[in-house]
Parts: sequence; C-alpha cells; structure tokens
Amino acid sequence: MSTVVTDTHSAHDAHDHHDHKPTGIKRWLFTTNHKDIGTMYLWFSFIMFLVGGSMALMIRAELFQPGMQIVDPHFFNQMTTMHGVIMVFGAVMPAFVGLANWMIPLMIGAPDMALPRMNNWSFWILPFAFMIMLSSFFMPGGAPAFGWTFYAPLSTTYSTDSTALFVFSMHIMGMSSIMGAINVIVTIMNMRAPGMTYMKMPLFVWTWFITAFLLIAVMPVLAGVVTMVLTDKYFGTHFFDAAGGGDPVLFQHLFWFFGHPEVYIMILPSFGIVSAIIPAFARKPLFGYASMVYATASIAGLSFLVWAHHMFTTGMPTFASLFFMYMTMLIAVPTGVKVFNWVTTMWRGAMSFETPMLFAIAFVVLFTIGGLSGIMLAITPVDYQYHDTYFVVAHFHYVLVTGAVFSIMAAAYYWLPKWSGVMYDDFLSKLHFWSSLISVNILFFPMHFVGLAGMPRRIPDYALQFADINAIVSIGGFLFGFSQLIFLAVVVKAAMKKGEPAPAKPWEGAEGLEWTVPSPAPYHTFDVPPQVK
Amino acid sequence: MSTEKNNPQKYYVPDQSIWPLVGSVALGLIAFGAGHFTIEYSNQEAGFGHWVLLAGLVVLCIMLVGWFGDQIRESRAGLYNAQLGRSYRQGMLWFIFSEVMFFLAFFGALFYARMIAVPWLGGAGNNEMTNQILWDGFQAIWPLTTTPDGTETQAMGWFGLPLINTIILVISSVTLHFAHVGLEEGKRKKLMNWLFVTIALGLIFLGLQMYEYVHAYRDLGLTLQSGIYGNTFFLLTGFHGLHVTLGAILLIVMFFRCKAGHFNKDDQFAFEASAWYWHFVDVVWICLFVFVYIM
Repeated sequence: MSTVVTDTHSAHDAHDHHDHKPTGIKRWLFTTNHKDIGTMYLWFSFIMFLVGGSMALMIRAELFQPGMQIVDPHFFNQMTTMHGVIMVFGAVMPAFVGLANWMIPLMIGAPDMALPRMNNWSFWILPFAFMIMLSSFFMPGGAPAFGWTFYAPLSTTYSTDSTALFVFSMHIMGMSSIMGAINVIVTIMNMRAPGMTYMKMPLFVWTWFITAFLLIAVMPVLAGVVTMVLTDKYFGTHFFDAAGGGDPVLFQHLFWFFGHPEVYIMILPSFGIVSAIIPAFARKPLFGYASMVYATASIAGLSFLVWAHHMFTTGMPTFASLFFMYMTMLIAVPTGVKVFNWVTTMWRGAMSFETPMLFAIAFVVLFTIGGLSGIMLAITPVDYQYHDTYFVVAHFHYVLVTGAVFSIMAAAYYWLPKWSGVMYDDFLSKLHFWSSLISVNILFFPMHFVGLAGMPRRIPDYALQFADINAIVSIGGFLFGFSQLIFLAVVVKAAMKKGEPAPAKPWEGAEGLEWTVPSPAPYHTFDVPPQVK
Repeated sequence: MSTEKNNPQKYYVPDQSIWPLVGSVALGLIAFGAGHFTIEYSNQEAGFGHWVLLAGLVVLCIMLVGWFGDQIRESRAGLYNAQLGRSYRQGMLWFIFSEVMFFLAFFGALFYARMIAVPWLGGAGNNEMTNQILWDGFQAIWPLTTTPDGTETQAMGWFGLPLINTIILVISSVTLHFAHVGLEEGKRKKLMNWLFVTIALGLIFLGLQMYEYVHAYRDLGLTLQSGIYGNTFFLLTGFHGLHVTLGAILLIVMFFRCKAGHFNKDDQFAFEASAWYWHFVDVVWICLFVFVYIM
C-alpha cells in the first residue's frame, strides 16, 4: 500500500513542477484541467452559436418578404424551435459555464474546480446531446417543431416522432447542467483561498454562485416536465389532457417554473462580467459591491415567484394575475440597483474605451432597453396586446443578445489576453463591436414596432403592412450574423498566438487574482493557495 | 490521514481520466437508444433502439465500475484530504437537493391536478359551462376513479400493504443509523449486521412494491393509463422505486466495502453519502404515503 502512495504522489508532484501538459487529442478527451474544459465549453458554445445563428438567418430570409418563398411552414417551425433550443442550451449556457471554468478557480485562488473529473463529464455530455437533438432533422417528420417552450398539446398530441429524441437529449443536457452547477457551487464554497471571504469574492464569482443554485433548483423540474411530455405522448398518460383529468395549463406552470429562473441563469453571470469590466476601465472600484450581491440574490429569489407572467393570456384567477404582475415589477428594483451602480461606477471615472468596455457599456444601455420592455410586458392588461407578438421577440432578444451575448463577447475580449497570452487584434475587435452594435439594433429595434402593431411571432408569412419593417429587420439580421465571423477571426488569430504578447495584467485598472498569474495562464495555477488580505 | 501529514495544503487534482468520456458515450447511447426505442415501441415496429439502449447501459456499467474503482483506489492510497472530503459531501448534498426538486415537479403536478385541474373540470369557480358543455356529468372527486372521458379504475387504499411498506422503510432508516453508529464506534460486527438488515428491508420493500403494482393492474384496474390519478400514482411511486433500487445498490456496494475492511471513523464519505441517499428516499416515501395514499 505504501508504495502506491509514494508512486502516485511523486508522479503527481513531477507533473506540477514541470507544468507539463498532455498532448494530442487525448489532452482534450481525458482532461481534468479546468482551463482545458473551459476552452472546450467556449468553442462548443461558439460553434452552437453559429449553428443556431444560421437557423435564425433562415428564418429571417423567409421573412424578408411576405408570402412563402424559401421554406415550408413545417420546416419554418423546426427552425424557430431549434434556434431557440440551441441558443439557450447550446450557446449561452455553455458559454457561461466555460467562463466559470476558466475564471472561477483563477479568481478565488483554487488549483482547479472541486470535482475535476465530473467537470469533464459535464462538458462531454453536451456534444452527444446536441448530436442527438440535431439528428432529429433526419427523422421522418423532421425535427421538433413546437417551439423551444414545447407547450402541450403541441409537443404531445400534435408532435412528430422525433419528440422522444428531444426529450432524452434534454434529459442528458440537464444532467450536464446540474453536474456543472454542483461543481461551480462546491468550488466556490470549498476552494476559496485563505482570506477570500464571501464578501471579498469578485462579483462574477458571486453571480455564478447564485446561478448555480438556480440551475440545481430548476433543471430537475425541466427533467420532470419533459418526462411527462414523453409519457403523455408515448405511454398513454394524461398529465396535460383534460380527458384524463389533466390540464395543458399544468404544462405551462411546470415549464415556466423552470423557465423563468432559467432566463436569470442566462443573465446573472452577465451582471458579474459587467461588474468586473466597468470598474477596470473606469479605474474606480465598483460602486456598491454589497448592494450588488444582495440585488443578485433578490433577483434569484424573486425568479421563483414570477413564472406565470408568461401565462397571463392563458387564463388564471385575477388574484393570481395580480400577484404575478406585482412580483414581476418588483424585480425592476434590484435590477435598477445594478444599473445605477454601474452608471455610478463610471461617473467621473478615468474612462477608456477598449473593446471589452465598449461591449460592457453597450450591455448596460441595451440590456436596460430590454428590461424596460419587460416592465411593459409585466403589466397584465397590457400584456393581452403584446402577448405572442414580435414585441416579445424584441424584448427577449434585447436581454439575451445585447444582454447575455454582448456580455459574453465583453468577457471574451477582457480575458482573451489571459487565455492566449497575446493581445487581440484591436482594429478587428472594434470593427466587430461597431458592426454588431449597429446591426443588432437594426435587427431587433424595429421588431418592437411590428409587435405593437400586432404581428404575431412564430409565423412564416405575414400581412402586407409589416413588409417594410421585416425587410429592414432581415437586413439587420444578416449583417449581425456575418459580423460574428469577425469575432471568429479575432479569436482564431489570438489562439494562434498572433499578436503582441500580453503582460500578466493587460488592463491598468483591473482587479483580481487572475491578473497575478502570467499570461497565458500556466496549465496549473495556485497549487499552493495565495493569501488574500 | 497520511496525505494531510505529507502535504497539508495539497488538494488532490486527478490526472487525466478516460471515464468521463466513457460516461458521456454511455449517456449518449442511452438517450439515442431510449429515444428510438420509445418511437419504435409506440409505432409497433422493429428497430435498433433497444440494442443501442442496451449497449449504453453496458457502457454505463463499465464506466461506473471503472470510475468508482479509481476513486476507491485513490481513497485507499490516502490521496484525499479533509478539504476534498468536504467537496464530496457538499456535492452529494447538492445532488440530493436536485433530486428533491425532481420529485417536487411530480408532486406539483399532483397538487395542481387535485386542487385546480380536476375541480375546474367539475365546474368549480367560474367553470360551470366547461363542465356542462365539455364534460357533462363529470364529478370532481379524488381519487379520480372516473375520468372526464369515462375511464374507470379503483383507488389504491393506504391501509395494508402501503402502511406495511411505510413501516418497513422507516425502520430501515433507523437500522441504517445503527449501522452508522457501529462504524463510528469501530464495531465492525454491529455495522455489518445492521447494514445487512437495512438492505434486506429495502429489498423486501421493493418486492412488496412490485406485488402492489401487480395488484393494481390485475385487481383494481389501476394502470398508468387510468387518467391523472393513475399517472401521478405510477410516476411518483415508480420514480421512488427506482431511487430505492439505486439506494439499495449503493448500500450493497457499501456492504462489500465494509466487509473488505474499508472505512473508519475519519474516512467514510462513500458510506455517509449512501446513507444520506437512503434517508432521502425514505423522506420522499413519507411524503408519498401522505399525499398519494392517505389524502
């Protein structure tokens, strides 16, 4: 027994001292390294972003003109469904998990994630899950076409065979999310360097801590609801069918009990990213750190009490409508605290406008637009007009594209020097920012108008009066889509180490342990935890 | 522990491992196979689904043996320190929390059906016309023995088998606690005996549960298809039964590890985790007994 101890141990020590990393494909397949896994998550997410984005372009191409030109309605529905599923579960969530993997151990001074092997498992489930999901395109009847919200009875009585593949791939995707979240939460609770108390943690760590809790709380509910869809469709149960005493509305309650915390899962880490970037480039400490923490926690708490604001037109007792309306509006308070704190951080700061800061400022402005349209949607009587129109599409794309995706871009530019060891191409990054900023507003802002005028979402054809605005929106969509190829070029260039070498701390005003290690970050960092004062 | 003496600050970060990838392949095969098997089953056609599913389950078993084997070897070699033990314990607790939320979804469905969906179909609130026009003659009662479309069944009583099962499972939690006390005191004999009793009680529970299912299908006409009452009954008790099965497997593995001399007062994470899991399925059963059987 004792020989085993010494052998394994000396091998392990040698490993650390020489900072040697395994090579070839095995490095990626069998890795337990949080940086490798973070990199794989980020690349996976970007690939899925392009896949989901090309589906969006197919949607916009069809909607460029009224009438049916390119695809048939059933295929159009498959596009809207898979675009949503892929962007939510394949692009945004894995991107945040990738950032968490890369940055949280560096930020809290940990040698790795708490459960490194499980970490790799969470990642490698995803490619299989999405291969299964995408394989449904080749089934008779095609891919799921019931919207990413898979409302019953669309997903039960009226869906095609591929629903079973949708359900099981959702199951394993959920397992991946739950394991990833457990890993993050345990890392934060147990792996902080000595002196790194909870209220000294960077806000990105705080927001992920709360996000991980939300994930563990609601992903199992999603697993439950997809299971009920499966048994309703294939095994004769009646959860969502009044004939057997069930209720389709039950589906909506269960789904949105998962779904609303889910949308905060996709935005809370953004708040953390922006709270890191704005102080760095305003050269001032973040205004109101503690209030930011409490605001994040309140948003997460409230997220469990607002789900039925997605269902005002479904019908519910007036008392319930009022309750969910007020609870929803209450969210504006902690969110407002955050927006004002960011603005106050910038107030009279020595600002400079590097690309991460540009994306962060764009986030604050455009996310606020999405938040304000959210308040409009929260008002029950008004929602009767907005419900299921392009106004809703505009609202959630402002919070998810100019919110979540912009913050991910900001994070990528902010930490790319740390990951790659070289500075990104400044010209291309600025080009990426400005073309994205302009095109994204051409894409989503006019949707508010057609929505208010009554254009329904999820339709392949529309009334003639919406033609001009839809043409403009489609042009914006293609511009935005192709702008992302500039980002691809920037990242590939940095990954190939083409660019100026980056110092350990490339940003003058940046704070945090991640800037105390060299750039690129060595394969193993903080084997001995640093002392935090 | 030796590691703490040698290297008190070092957190064990494992080298490369093949098992996570094997596990992902397994889950991929299971999901793909189960999906196609479900489709083929409902279309009544022959296909490859069940073979893929079976292959996935085999690969999963290989992964579990390999991965847990590695863990046990590392643990026995003294590579783990107290901090890693905390990671494992916290991880297990969060996993159990996720399981609680999974059951909550099904309990939520049960409560919604009982308190809202069925009464509304029966005309409660402002739904008088729903009842008269869509489901004329439908009576809102619980257990829902006659569904709106006329499927009939008999309800499962709580007295008798379910009560006996409840007592068995509660006792098994107590006996498992005795086993744990034996481990803490270093009394291996006590540990082994009580653990054996716990596993036996768990298996008896599962046997009786299967008997109850046969009784429900044969005598009561209560099936998975008997409307929302049968749906919630079988999904809740079924998922609970799966969890008891998993818990029993965990305890059996613990039994053999105890027999091999593993675990002591300071080094017993796997045993604790399995015990927590067992107590958790016990609590779920008590909720089931109250809300599914009695009320």
